[in-house]
Amino acid sequence: MSDLRDAGHLFRFVGIFVLAFVVFLVVRHYIVPRSFGQYGHYRGAAIGEIAALPVRFAGHDTCEACHVEVVDKKSKGKHAHVNCEACHGAQVQHAGSADPSTVKPVLPDTSILCARCHTASAAKPKGFPQVVPSDHSNGMPCNSCHQPHNPGMDAPANDAAAKAAGGAK
Amino acid sequence: MNMNRRQILILLPAAAIAWKSVLAGTPEDSPNYRMTDHWWGMLIDIPKCIGCGNCVRACQTENDVPNGNFRTWVERYHVSDWEMKNPQDVMTNPLTIPEVISPDGGKEGFPVAADEGGRYFFVPKMCNHCADSPCTQVCPVGATFVAPDGVVLVDQKYCLGCAYCVQACPYGCRYIHPEKRVADKCTLCYHRITKGLTTACCEACPTGARQLVDLKNPKDPIHEFLKTHSVQVLKPQMATGAKVLYNDLDGSVR
Repeated sequence: MSDLRDAGHLFRFVGIFVLAFVVFLVVRHYIVPRSFGQYGHYRGAAIGEIAALPVRFAGHDTCEACHVEVVDKKSKGKHAHVNCEACHGAQVQHAGSADPSTVKPVLPDTSILCARCHTASAAKPKGFPQVVPSDHSNGMPCNSCHQPHNPGMDAPANDAAAKAAGGAK
Repeated sequence: MNMNRRQILILLPAAAIAWKSVLAGTPEDSPNYRMTDHWWGMLIDIPKCIGCGNCVRACQTENDVPNGNFRTWVERYHVSDWEMKNPQDVMTNPLTIPEVISPDGGKEGFPVAADEGGRYFFVPKMCNHCADSPCTQVCPVGATFVAPDGVVLVDQKYCLGCAYCVQACPYGCRYIHPEKRVADKCTLCYHRITKGLTTACCEACPTGARQLVDLKNPKDPIHEFLKTHSVQVLKPQMATGAKVLYNDLDGSVR
């Protein structure tokens, strides 16, 4: 016992050490987010936050739920596998509104839209249909002859349904 | 319970591994989406890409990507006839690399190419969502990570903006957001794929050159595709475990 009589400074040192460790644990408890380490060395809650970001493109399944007649027309032509929003742009405001008819999407200008894909260039795959717009149509908009939803010239280009769907102007 | 030191030494690591697998299988808050059921990637079918830039514009719309930065972009390669005939020179002489252009990331398409011989092709690029990603390994604060479903994400509330990850990415897929001053990158449209939608770029691609794939889903058509096509990843020598798979990738693509 006499060995410990002069060891008071050691106990004080251990006490300070233990106290500092407890302070560290308390501070750490409040600083480190709850979900940190849930799945790994990161904040697990961040995954949910990123997953909750707003969607802008509604997705073709949403479009096709209402626009059945367009799906029908598209399915017969070369554009069968082109999704609606590839041309019409992000439509979640239209699709997500209580009354979609109040939020009408702007119809794309075919002379710009079609040219983006179909302007002839040696860089494009050989089998892809391409034209030199100035030679091909002499400045006329593409949809004076081609229905965008079924662009082949054998398609019935002038039917009223096509006009109602926004194909022809 | 009587255990000697040897048994404890064997059991402790085994228990640690078992606990890891328990943690990895923790059910998520969302009842319809289980992270552990998926392992996301993307298939890019080079022969189908026409360089229209729809994916770049769609990505910008969907994710509010600032002008001048890109989460995905398209490059146009031109490998000349001479380069195709002398591949050994292309590999050794840096002056003979193929011509690569990407005006504004290909957002508004590409200038018309004259037929000068050789081979032209488009290469859409994006985050490769590496399984062993260099970018997540260098983050000093744990702000970027590979989620349990294989998507590399950035926790923008935790990110310091130190840009170590921007330097670490071998594919140049990260940037510092000019307003938020934090790292930003492709999330593989995580907010869409967790709701059962495809990514914005896949949704907008008119030719089907991009396809979201779930490598853990046995019914995904990717498995049949991998059996019948020559599919590669970018920079395989870096062993990043990249999950953006390129069909018919030219050897000159870096």
